Amino acid sequence: MLRLPPFAYVAPSSVEEVVEALHTHGPDAMIVAGGTDLYPNMKRRQFEPKVLVGLANVPELRAIRGTPEAGLTVGAGATLREVSAHPVIQEHYYAVAKAAGLVSTTPLRNMGTIGGNLCVDPRCNYYDMPFPWRKAVGFCMKKDGDICLVAPGSPRCWALSSSDIAPVSLALEAKLRLIGPQGTRALEANDFYRDDGIEYLTKERDEILTEIQLPPAKGLRTTYWKLRRRGSFDFPILGVAAALTMDDGTVTRARLALGAVASRPEEVVEAREFLEGKEPTEADVHAVAEAAFELAKPLDNADGHFYWRKRMVRPYVQGALKELLRMGPPESWPREYN
Amino acid sequence: MTDFSVIGKPRGRVDGPAKVTGQAQFADDLHLPGMLFAKLLRSPVPHGRIKALDTSRAEALSGVVAVLTGKDLPEKYGILPVSQDEEALCTEKVRYVGDPIAAVAAVDEDTAERATELIALELEELPSYMTIEEALEKEGEPIETLRFGPNVHKAVSLEFGDVESAFAKADHTREDLFFYEGSTHLPMEQHAAVARWEPEGKVTLWSSTQTPHYVHRALAKVLGLPMNRIRVIATPVGGGFGGKSDPFNHEIVVAKLAIVTGKPVKLTLTREEVFYAHRGRHPTLMWVKTGVRKDGAITAMHFRSFLDGGAYGSYGVVSTYYTGALQTTTYKIPAYKFEGTRVYTNKPPCGPKRGHGTPQPRFAIEVHFEHLARELGMDPIDFRLKNLVEPFTYTANWLRITSCGLRECVEKVLEASGFRDKRGKLPEGRGVGFGLSAYMSGASLPVYWNDMPHSEVQLKVDRSGTVALFSGAIDIGQGSDQVLAATTAEVLGLEPEDIHLITADTDLTPIDLGSYSSRVTFMAGNAAIQAAERLRDQIAEAMAAKLDVPTDRVAFRNGRVMDAQRPEGGVSWEEACAVAEAAQGNLMSRGAYKPPELSGPYKGSGVGPSPAYSYSACVAEVTADPESGVVEVDKVWIAHDVGRSLNPTLVHGQVEGSVYMGLGEVLLEEQVFRHGLHKIPSMLEYKSPTTKDMPPIETILVETVDPEGPFGAKECGQGPLLPVIPAVANAVEDAIGARFHEIPITPEKVLSAMDKAARGEEPLIGPTSLPDYHLGEVLRVDPPDGKKVELFPMHEET
Repeated sequence: MLRLPPFAYVAPSSVEEVVEALHTHGPDAMIVAGGTDLYPNMKRRQFEPKVLVGLANVPELRAIRGTPEAGLTVGAGATLREVSAHPVIQEHYYAVAKAAGLVSTTPLRNMGTIGGNLCVDPRCNYYDMPFPWRKAVGFCMKKDGDICLVAPGSPRCWALSSSDIAPVSLALEAKLRLIGPQGTRALEANDFYRDDGIEYLTKERDEILTEIQLPPAKGLRTTYWKLRRRGSFDFPILGVAAALTMDDGTVTRARLALGAVASRPEEVVEAREFLEGKEPTEADVHAVAEAAFELAKPLDNADGHFYWRKRMVRPYVQGALKELLRMGPPESWPREYN
Repeated sequence: MTDFSVIGKPRGRVDGPAKVTGQAQFADDLHLPGMLFAKLLRSPVPHGRIKALDTSRAEALSGVVAVLTGKDLPEKYGILPVSQDEEALCTEKVRYVGDPIAAVAAVDEDTAERATELIALELEELPSYMTIEEALEKEGEPIETLRFGPNVHKAVSLEFGDVESAFAKADHTREDLFFYEGSTHLPMEQHAAVARWEPEGKVTLWSSTQTPHYVHRALAKVLGLPMNRIRVIATPVGGGFGGKSDPFNHEIVVAKLAIVTGKPVKLTLTREEVFYAHRGRHPTLMWVKTGVRKDGAITAMHFRSFLDGGAYGSYGVVSTYYTGALQTTTYKIPAYKFEGTRVYTNKPPCGPKRGHGTPQPRFAIEVHFEHLARELGMDPIDFRLKNLVEPFTYTANWLRITSCGLRECVEKVLEASGFRDKRGKLPEGRGVGFGLSAYMSGASLPVYWNDMPHSEVQLKVDRSGTVALFSGAIDIGQGSDQVLAATTAEVLGLEPEDIHLITADTDLTPIDLGSYSSRVTFMAGNAAIQAAERLRDQIAEAMAAKLDVPTDRVAFRNGRVMDAQRPEGGVSWEEACAVAEAAQGNLMSRGAYKPPELSGPYKGSGVGPSPAYSYSACVAEVTADPESGVVEVDKVWIAHDVGRSLNPTLVHGQVEGSVYMGLGEVLLEEQVFRHGLHKIPSMLEYKSPTTKDMPPIETILVETVDPEGPFGAKECGQGPLLPVIPAVANAVEDAIGARFHEIPITPEKVLSAMDKAARGEEPLIGPTSLPDYHLGEVLRVDPPDGKKVELFPMHEET
């Protein structure tokens, strides 16, 4: 069987101690929360940390606080199961609950955390393979090599952002709280990500993501559509997150984000222009879908033919928006396959 | 004997509690004192020559106990005597990414793995052959050259009857091309093997194998030891599906390492390595031509198949024949020509996967017949009904058909599904499709020639009355333990739980050839019944004397033995055993099963004959979305002629498992290679259906009570897979008009078909040409016209 390589495990009991441990051990250290992404990657030798800083003894990271009126704060250590089953999240931040509930399988949602999902290592089917396989195909620049096997002429890595929560956090304009040796900072979810398959986060190595702050829920309608070929296990091969703030029938604020179409979650900014300040028509929805289609550039590094994944952007965006706008009966919407 | 107490009753399994509580000891669960762990160094290139191999740094690593290379195990082996082309560790050439080159035994897995990375390997890369076409057409050093030409492993050409003149009699003919991509078994349990050197100079191997006897033979050959110095124990198998039916390099390696080190050695494959062990479904390119009269009667069929065999022979010679042999077991084909060609490619070797060589042609024929019938202006179902085989007849290629519930299967599945009211009548995007099939209840010939029984069972009773049953059969999840216990218990008037099973241990148990070819219920079941009847007769004789009644009045029921005319009297089973032991000495019996001689009078006739064929008919209802290209199966109805359902719970499980596997093959699973290696050797990325992807299944059991089967039973573990695949393909056509001559039917292929339709082209997805390879010689065989079917029932009381 695949072996987990040896490592030291430290179990701090406060965020401050976590930061200190990360700082002390430097690049040799990695954080482990649920471990559902990290341990398989270690077995495949994609990650080779000498020290794991475990978050199991930091209960403050798991708290879910606040109100829908003021905004909800979800601890990064809350499990995906806790998030998906949380009644306030289900009612007021449906996209978050739905996305969390569609990650992998029940056992992994019981272990995996929302923070871990936001930080999930971008995936590529040239990269998420055991060491001997990667050696046989030729190592890529993301680990042990110097070229991108998906786009061999490319100077950068095209690993795919495969988080279900990431596009939702963009659509909700969630704020993320990071704590590091220099103290605390908050940043927009959009600023948390970089368009690079290797350096995909703006988070510093010795910083820890502690909280996801969701905005006040008044007038907010959200949803998330996930594309995958099976009803369980699979990472998204397309994610569409939409959040509309409604005032009567008028959209006052529209945010749409795509997951699994690039190395980072991508906002479809045209959605603001086409939807805000009006009661959107079907033509507006189609215009947003077209903009999303143009933006999405899936490559041959995940399940499903990239041509098909791109083709699915239009109906998925239409479906998600029609759901939020309650545009026609659900039977008339495109189908979601998750 | 129709008033059964165990047979036919839905009930749990004798091996169930241990498996659901985790107490069953699978091969990887074994931990022996002082055990070493082994790892294999595998080829990183698809085709290459070993120029240099230096293991000195690995040997020098602390914790490493032994390193082996091909020089240590030079004897070639393979499951078939005609294909002895495998090496436990490659000596000169490597033939696929994953081909093992060296093995390390060390104190732990980490050390063993580190040591494999210290082995210096220099390879000269050779041209690689990744497809059937490349194998036949690409220039360069071939993988192997046998008598059929470069890279051709096997070629066969058989003609039954005068096919040319039979085609001349046809009013209409049609030809179609098909491609079946291939797939792997994906057992939950990764292969594992443990070997121990015994102080008396023997080696014991525990392995997750479906075929301990064949492993036993291969070990003897490669290790150069007599068979009596090797003991093979098959551990419970966590899913086989054909993928654990070959002798494997890792089994040979651990045995050799145990001999060399004197210590127990374990090797468990990683999931990636399971994809390299493979032996899965052959990618198969097919061409079929059928001639029919105006009334729909088939006059002739010509079928050609090209099998992508991967790097080694495995069962491939047999697989090749199977792509041609069973066409005649469902439809009356008076004249039939078959040409099969299997090529070597630089991929993990293909072999037997559930349905072995027959799902590919079944897919082709059941789709081909849809087109053919409609061209003829006939309803495709009526066309099939017109041509169905009849029970107790011979086929053109000399296959003896006995019990056959095919017509009943068709009628029942059509009725249950409402097929005739749905076909062509559902709203756009929804459709139904149909397919039917036959499969063997065990091959009538063993893998190597011998005239001994295929299955033997011994029974022994101790002073507690416990019946110990000794059988070489291994339960791979299919339920063979339950079948052995239930058939024995039925005869002896006991409960299955009263039977203590000792199975699949070459030192302790008599032969069973293995859990492959759907043979165990039929063959080991018959042997168990015979042994039980003989034991029963011994006890009856002793009890007849004690009860002072004729022997045939002694009855065995509910754990008691009594005068059948005074059922309230009698004694307990234990007392009856004591009476019999006092009168006769040790209580023991034996039973054996050997299939009747069924092969036809021609070379190659050994593949196809079976003592009985199971039959299946399937309807699938699908929703196919022309916008997304996604096909979803809404429901599957499947009728299966199982002869007699020994335990409906198990039969339903086997049928549903077959449907699951068929759905994975037709819609999801992609056995694809990129840059010379398997693209996605992972359980996450190789998309096999999950429980959430499974539609409701309605299983209808048809019981024809086969005259030679155990209590009339036939197989149910493989046949029901076959019709599912064409049923789905045909349903997709009904739903959106897209014609699939290729599987899997993935969304982008559906979109591609829709795009073709939009351009006014035929929305057909499939191959467009066949390689130009023919075997020169054709073996012409006269069909057995008028031959009377002879039966060989084994027991009077079925």
